[in-house]
Amino acid sequence: MQIIKCRAISRGKAKGKVLLSKDAISFLGGVDPKSGIIVEKGHAIEGKCIAGTVLVFPRGKGSTVGSYVILQLKKNGKAPAAIVNVEAEPIIAVGAIISNIPMVDKPQKDGYAMLKDGIVVEVDGEKGEIKY
Amino acid sequence: MELSKSEQSMYDGELGEACRQSMEILMALGKIYGAKNMIPVTSVQVAGVSYKTIGDAGLEYLMENVKNGAKVKVPTFLNPAGMDREQWQEMKIPEQFAKKQIEVLDAYAKMGISMTCTCTPYLVEIRPKVGEHIAWAESSAIAFANSVLGARTNREGGPSALAAAICGVTPNYGLHLDENRISDFVVKVNCDVKSNADFGALGYWVGERANARNPAFVGIKSASEDRLKALGAAMAASGSTALFYVKGITPEWKVKTGAEEVEFTKKDMQTTKEKLTSPEKPQLVTIGCPHASIDEIMEVAGIVKGKKVTCDLWVCTARKTKEKADKEGLTAVIEKAGGRVIADTCMVVCPLEEMGYKVTGCNSGKAAKYLANLCKQKVVYGDVGDIICK
Repeated sequence: MQIIKCRAISRGKAKGKVLLSKDAISFLGGVDPKSGIIVEKGHAIEGKCIAGTVLVFPRGKGSTVGSYVILQLKKNGKAPAAIVNVEAEPIIAVGAIISNIPMVDKPQKDGYAMLKDGIVVEVDGEKGEIKY
Repeated sequence: MELSKSEQSMYDGELGEACRQSMEILMALGKIYGAKNMIPVTSVQVAGVSYKTIGDAGLEYLMENVKNGAKVKVPTFLNPAGMDREQWQEMKIPEQFAKKQIEVLDAYAKMGISMTCTCTPYLVEIRPKVGEHIAWAESSAIAFANSVLGARTNREGGPSALAAAICGVTPNYGLHLDENRISDFVVKVNCDVKSNADFGALGYWVGERANARNPAFVGIKSASEDRLKALGAAMAASGSTALFYVKGITPEWKVKTGAEEVEFTKKDMQTTKEKLTSPEKPQLVTIGCPHASIDEIMEVAGIVKGKKVTCDLWVCTARKTKEKADKEGLTAVIEKAGGRVIADTCMVVCPLEEMGYKVTGCNSGKAAKYLANLCKQKVVYGDVGDIICK
């Protein structure tokens, strides 16, 4: 088993398949809260469903209301199981915390490259680690 | 990050789920911004009040907090809502919107937050002193508190301000620290700035150029609190200014030697005003962004006294300021001329675009920006007298 060290942002543990986006994500307007599908035109993972995934993306962008949209996704059963960011910013961090979604950021340099689309990993938001 | 004993017990959930989650939010923000510890705050201003801005997602978040037993620990004040709580029917606010808005307000009330519904708590409720640490969330109030009052706050968001209110502390970073309160961007004002529209245009121009820096103004001969309120609001809207200095006027003046200097001329004033306005006749004229002081209401009353305005006219203000205006007979003067004094809300956060308005006048640099992009309005920008009498 391999461990990628990260920084802990939001507590909890969860397992899922990696869904990797090279683009930043705006949850308000960019993700449909009912289906969990990325709807932003021209987005790197447009049309993909984020529900139950370990969603790996560089950072959040857009309106701060995005935090609340993450909570809506959670209530609708369409939230990601865990979130990994290159660099956390307040919209995503707050959204993950209020929705009880484990989140880490700043994975070790090579670690980020190891997070390939579709592999199953476990995110530990307490210790700040990704195991696979 | 180092936590005190009481902060640690909140983080560990000993004081309930709302406190635990709030402390986790504050810890995460502290990590993101490199804070070493938390500091107590003496007051909080919560944003994310209008149903128009937070929607169902935000309402669910508030309900969740109520369910988790959230209660504020320090005096906490609300930003404007999407409607006047008493006159929403006269304002023609859609009923479904009103219903949702009342649910939002009820949730905040259950947490122990004062229903001030204003962006100017410093005019009616609370005046933090120089050096006092606070956590405020409305951009113009943040600029005013840091700059005109000399208090210390970062630009809080809805959840981070609410978390600070529930825990009574905020992470110690950014504008809470001396080293981040120094200006390296000086604006030399080389023309007359007198009216609110002048200060709004100056602020709009500077906000677009300052980026994250704290502007320091020289050459402004005099400026009342109302004008400083207009200046800060415009900079916080066109840019992200949270702190500014005006030489000889603001209580603090901290400018780095060798700071970048820019010049603001009469021509810049003209081109900015031209950019903000369109050659239309407003269906609605709105005054009070940020919420009007009693002096500003008096100014409007003076202009419309004994006349009939040819468009709708709203003067937006805090409820306590409105009560004062009612007592002094100013509301009656404005109503007789065909206008309204509206409390709890403003032209930006109420659902204007759903109420049939397409062209709206204002004398505020901040309103000019948000009326255009949040409310889909064509904007007529100018001094009170000029836009009302058209």
